[in-house]
Amino acid sequence: MTTSTTPHLDRRPSPPTRDRDPRRVGLRQKLGRWDVKLSPYLYISPFFILFAIVGLFPLAYTAYVSMHKWHLIGGEGAFVGFDNFAFVLQQPNFWRALRNTFSIFLLSSVPQIFVAIILAAVLDANLRARTFWRMGVLLPYVVAPVAVSLIFSKLFADQSGMINTILNNIGLDSIRWHADVLSSHFAIATMVNFRWIGYNTLIFLAAMQAVPRDLYEAAILDGAARMRQFFSITVPMLRPTIIFVVVTSTIGGLQIFDEPRMFDQFGQGGADRQWLTVTMYLYELGWGAQKSFGRAAAVAWILFLIIVAVGVINFSLTRRISTDTAPKSGRKAKR
Amino acid sequence: MSAPSIPVIQQTAGRGAARAAARRRHISTGAGSDRRAGWVTYVILAFVLVISAYPLYYAFLLASSNAGTIAQNPIPSLLPHGEFFDNVKRVLDSDIQFWKAFRNSVIVAVLTSASVVLFSTLAGFSFAKLRFRGRGPLLVFVIATMAVPTQLGIVPLFIVMSKLGWTGKLTAVVVPGMVTAFGVFWMTQYLESALPYELIEAARVDGASMIQTFYHVAVPAARPAASMLALFTFVGSWTSFFWPFIVLGSSNPTLPVAVQLLQSTYFKDMALIMAGVTLSVVPLVVVFIFAGRQLVAGIMQGAVKG
Repeated sequence: MTTSTTPHLDRRPSPPTRDRDPRRVGLRQKLGRWDVKLSPYLYISPFFILFAIVGLFPLAYTAYVSMHKWHLIGGEGAFVGFDNFAFVLQQPNFWRALRNTFSIFLLSSVPQIFVAIILAAVLDANLRARTFWRMGVLLPYVVAPVAVSLIFSKLFADQSGMINTILNNIGLDSIRWHADVLSSHFAIATMVNFRWIGYNTLIFLAAMQAVPRDLYEAAILDGAARMRQFFSITVPMLRPTIIFVVVTSTIGGLQIFDEPRMFDQFGQGGADRQWLTVTMYLYELGWGAQKSFGRAAAVAWILFLIIVAVGVINFSLTRRISTDTAPKSGRKAKR
Repeated sequence: MSAPSIPVIQQTAGRGAARAAARRRHISTGAGSDRRAGWVTYVILAFVLVISAYPLYYAFLLASSNAGTIAQNPIPSLLPHGEFFDNVKRVLDSDIQFWKAFRNSVIVAVLTSASVVLFSTLAGFSFAKLRFRGRGPLLVFVIATMAVPTQLGIVPLFIVMSKLGWTGKLTAVVVPGMVTAFGVFWMTQYLESALPYELIEAARVDGASMIQTFYHVAVPAARPAASMLALFTFVGSWTSFFWPFIVLGSSNPTLPVAVQLLQSTYFKDMALIMAGVTLSVVPLVVVFIFAGRQLVAGIMQGAVKG
């Protein structure tokens, strides 16, 4: 298994002691000690250096940029304090974008988690060709959001879309997917769900399989039917996983850009900005007609604070809700 | 109790009797994974499979058709028409520089995956198996950074890239993704259990330096987790759009950026757009057919620990 490429030291391999050899205190020994001391830091340094440059510094520097006039081409301008923030908060489009972002986020996250848990419960059975079904669920995950968005924009087309045609065929009216606010949010949320439900299903499935079997056996002895087992044991035991999925989908969901950007060929978020999202608005300020990095940075900071706030609220809510669903009577799963 | 419950029957009369009793009472023996799936489960799963796969097939159907046919029939026929390769040729001849975009996507995905695996394995080895001051807090810090939405630093990041003269160059996309918190955490988790201390000690006693120990002991042990990490990074890189779209622009695009160009330039020509979409999706679907099993296992392993 291990092959040594170095000429062995002139001592018998003894049970490992600290690399001390009383007979030779030389340069090699010093190097060896430095090797042991410094190597660990050296190996973890790439991550910390890179995070400092592309993570920490930009976030902090965003605050600096947001306090200045800053043009995409012209570069840094005068210090303007909180003017950029004031400007952004006065724009109707910002508030529209915020509303749309939250609406799309709720329409995608909430059903996503419900469906993923149900699908996981379906998959958590003694199946033939288990891996095949799991792969089938996961397939959409490897499709780029851009591709998903183009396919679904066509499926959801107002005039000649497949979904409206099916609706008409069964005697319902067409839905104006690209014109109405809520319908467009629903269509975009569908794209997000299409891509992520399978991924989250597998996460929940793994958590379900980690639930100790004797809990179920005890429940059966108590005469709990399968539904009761699901709600009294499975769901409470999934709590940490639910929190994890909620947190990750919040961080991703509030930054949504790809799908709404590609929902039509203009990428402006619709004629009345009915599906403009915060990140799209940020892009428009920084790289669109205005080319104002100061204002874009202000939006980035506002969004950052919103994400942190929502994350905190989410966390406490999820904890409360999932403790409430735990059975008051009967056997409570020990954690 | 009027009748003994199923587990009691199993205890007293044996498993066969219990199963028969369960069939009579229409509830299952055992729970969770021990449950035999009935046909209803398979029907549901087949339905889910159709929903997963049909949108991709739909893209291929439109790509094999033409604008006129698509306009007339919103619901495409179940079988493809014969114009797929004509449409593909039109995509390749269009001015979105398809081949360049394809090459760019491959280069970025391969470089990013290789570098993430290398640096994450190094850091994971250090966090999991080496003793050094501040190890615990530093690892907590790494995990905490996962919750930081780094996308929001794009304005200054773009400014930095402009200053370096990297805008429009692939380095601007590759460098920020060279090592990820997720990767470091993933490899740390894996190596903690997969790499016994005895091996490391044996190598050290044989006089191997730290880096030799890493290369000859940690790397072989980390291989399974490394291949999964490479897969995930590859998928993430291949499907990412926002940052490449901003920093590369249309002159030197990756595939998603090029496909987006196709939409804004030829929005009336659905067959052409869908041919581009199909071309951009096919490579990863092929990867998925061969490595989907590892992706499934990877998600499920990460989830239990996460």
